[in-house]
Amino acid sequence: MDDYNDTAVITSEGLQCLIEALLNRSYQVVGPQIRDQAIVYDTLTDIDQLPQGWSDEQDGGHYRLRPRADGAYFGYAVGPHSWKRFLYPPHQSLWQANKDGDRLYFKDERPDPPRFAFLGVRACELNAIAIQDRVFMGDAYSDPDYQARREGTFIVALNCSEAGGTCFCASMACGPEVKTGFDLALTELLNEGPHRFLVESGSPAGLEVMAELPRRNTTRADLQAAWAVVENTRRSMGRTMPDTDIPALLLDNLTHPRWDDVAQRCLSCANCTMVCPTCFCSTVEDSSDLAGTTAERHRRWDSCFTADFSYLHGGSVRQSTRSRYRQWMTHKLATWVEQFGSSGCVGCGRCITWCPVGIDLTEEVRAIHDTSPKGKGEAR
Amino acid sequence: MNRPGRKPRLAVWKFASCDGCQLSFLDCEDELLDIAGAVDIAYFPEAMRGPIRGTYDVSLVEGSITTAGDAKRIQRVRQRSRTLVTIGACATAGGIQALRNFADIDAFVNVVYASPEYIATLATSTAIADHVPVDFELRGCPINKVQLVEVISAFLCGRRPVTPAHSVCIECKLRGTVCVMVAHGTPCLGPVTHAGCGALCPGYNRGCYGCYGPKENTNLPALSGQLATLGMTRPERLRFYRSFNAGAAPFQEESQRHES
Ligand code: SF4
Ligand code: SF4
Ligand code: SF4
Repeated sequence: MDDYNDTAVITSEGLQCLIEALLNRSYQVVGPQIRDQAIVYDTLTDIDQLPQGWSDEQDGGHYRLRPRADGAYFGYAVGPHSWKRFLYPPHQSLWQANKDGDRLYFKDERPDPPRFAFLGVRACELNAIAIQDRVFMGDAYSDPDYQARREGTFIVALNCSEAGGTCFCASMACGPEVKTGFDLALTELLNEGPHRFLVESGSPAGLEVMAELPRRNTTRADLQAAWAVVENTRRSMGRTMPDTDIPALLLDNLTHPRWDDVAQRCLSCANCTMVCPTCFCSTVEDSSDLAGTTAERHRRWDSCFTADFSYLHGGSVRQSTRSRYRQWMTHKLATWVEQFGSSGCVGCGRCITWCPVGIDLTEEVRAIHDTSPKGKGEAR
Repeated sequence: MNRPGRKPRLAVWKFASCDGCQLSFLDCEDELLDIAGAVDIAYFPEAMRGPIRGTYDVSLVEGSITTAGDAKRIQRVRQRSRTLVTIGACATAGGIQALRNFADIDAFVNVVYASPEYIATLATSTAIADHVPVDFELRGCPINKVQLVEVISAFLCGRRPVTPAHSVCIECKLRGTVCVMVAHGTPCLGPVTHAGCGALCPGYNRGCYGCYGPKENTNLPALSGQLATLGMTRPERLRFYRSFNAGAAPFQEESQRHES
């Protein structure tokens, strides 16, 4: 056990104290809240802004909020937003150039990165952040803005007490239990006693914040209740990914008829890639003003589902929906492993829920598996 | 500004349209002086009087072709223009008036006009590109003034304008808008519609109306299936596809598939 590892029990007042302790350290606290009938992530200052008493119903292309009677603060699964919005913003200005006579002057346009404290980061999301860490700062060529944002971030993780209808983190070995990568971790306890939270510290910074909270010592019953919460969640996953060598399965089946089948249904709208917490592709766009004296370079999220994404000299390499969907899935689940040392999927289910036509990657993999001459019979 | 030589000459032409796109031009209040500083606005009937003379470096064309006279006039505009840019749904897809393409024009004329014998019109409303080669199409009903300024700025620098042809959904996700289809069950054309508006309607909890026409690589039949699941009837879907961009090929084909 590391010397910064400690546990305690707090109440909802303690949760408010936690938010205040983070605000006092000049963090921008970002957490879940209800907006436009969904649970999104945005800045907050008070536990009253949390979606207390709400849950969600999720399926392919379907999301609805549902009230719950137990007053849980975190009784829902992940929503349309992910923390990538904050660590890797959708739009970013990179530089500006100004022309004065014959000279060009370049200016770094990136603002000072904000310091975030994330409240309620799920196990799948911690794994997604770890994946983006490898992508953006895993070797000598790191993204300085991502790195600055990331290094300034305080993470309050959360053990899931509710699996959504499209969750399958358990079969990706990415949840529901948080293991590493947090400063503090919460488990919301509604049974065997009053409404309370088990808090665990995972870093010196976490331990320091925890020491300021009104707290009591942990009992064996609290630990058992917390264990039961996670086990219950593990057993109620909405989806499962077939248990097989997925990289080999997909790469052996690049001409499988299922790719044509999914292309009939897919809109190539790119929602799946936008909501995915690990998808990291971007494009750069240049703009210039009417006077021709100022130019700016700007970065924005892009997706392998667009034609521009694979535009090379003379045209787009991936014209068909079939080739775009196959690129997405084979990168995410197969070639990612070779490139970054893990699958690119953490089983959060967002791409299933937020696909307007409900395309489900676990189903697509299963269909290929069940009808592939090589894979048949190995799964489940 | 230190570009060499004379200022490029710009003209704005009007065909069958509501003038809304030209008004978007005038709506560029903050940029209008900069535009006037960068180009010589040589012909623009909505804003100033001036004779048609010589050639134009860039022509912005609003409106669709609905009369035999306009079909000839667009040829002359093309001959006078080095670069021809169509602006708006009328010019790029025939506009709302392309609804006539699906109906009997004589019946319309007889119902609408007291003296139908004075009306000389074509049976169809068609896009400018159906008549002459077009160098660039700016989408929208009406166009987005920020995109118009971008097209002019890009033209002045000789670069390609940044007006991506991807879905409105990408704009929703960039701005963090909650999907109205998935979370509210509201029918939305965003997954098949060209970006450009910044996801205006979904930002106000409305479905997309398809003002910017089809995105690249559409799949209307798959969307129709989902709209049916959300409870939209066949006639409702037909009308959904027949608005400002009814004449754009993917929308037209899908609406016609809903006729039988
Ligand atoms: S691929 Fe889908 S389930 Fe996997 S991490 Fe991305 S959004 Fe989540
Ligand atoms: S899988 Fe779904 S969300 Fe992804 S591009 Fe296709 S239709 Fe859009
Ligand atoms: S609201 Fe419409 S445009 Fe936006 S993501 Fe959903 S389907 Fe796409």
